[in-house]
Amino acid sequence: MELKTKPFGVINIEEKQKITFTRGIFGFDNIREYALLNASQWPFFWLQAIDVPDLAFILIDPLIFRPDYTPDVDESDLLELELGPDDKDKKLVFSIVTVPDDQKKMTANLQGPIIINRENRTGRQFISTNQKWSVRHFIMDELAEKGGSKC
Amino acid sequence: MLILSRKINESIIIDDNIELSIVDVKGDQVKIGIDAPKNIKVFRKEVYQAIQEENRAAARSAVDVIPSLEDILKKE
Repeated sequence: MELKTKPFGVINIEEKQKITFTRGIFGFDNIREYALLNASQWPFFWLQAIDVPDLAFILIDPLIFRPDYTPDVDESDLLELELGPDDKDKKLVFSIVTVPDDQKKMTANLQGPIIINRENRTGRQFISTNQKWSVRHFIMDELAEKGGSKC
Repeated sequence: MLILSRKINESIIIDDNIELSIVDVKGDQVKIGIDAPKNIKVFRKEVYQAIQEENRAAARSAVDVIPSLEDILKKE
């Protein structure tokens, strides 16, 4: 189908890229249908609202800059997405990225992880029960630390 | 909004299985105990607000250029 997107204008997407967020995203509760798109820059992705061309979130796999990241969401909550403890292959975990004018200061929200069941294509934003994770982790800084700790 | 007066050690029950008790009151601070099933999520409202605000900020991100991490990641 054709989709009007914020980053790319009108593009063609496949049915399998469509993800339903039954509770929306916090602050955007009434917007439920999204499409997951590859960004032109790896390792980012776009979560584009299907009915609102101007609304799109940049996503990143948090493990890329925080290898120790776990979303710390109750198993009972994941069942809402039909994700059991053994469904690791179906489960996608993302963080929403905020890019300010100074791009080096871009941050990722590790406190509000986006979890998607890629098989039934449903997703939800959760609140992590681990207080270690905040809404603003500086991606560049944490990448530098990750590199540093390896040396 | 329903408003109820409670004293220390008194509580209210919501939907049969969620109990909020007033544990302590000191000055303008009230300590509330919450007994609820595990599937009931309890967070301070500030946590929700912080996530909502961050989502709104994220939605305002400049879209024309996403920074590249490739150079940084390749160095590893």
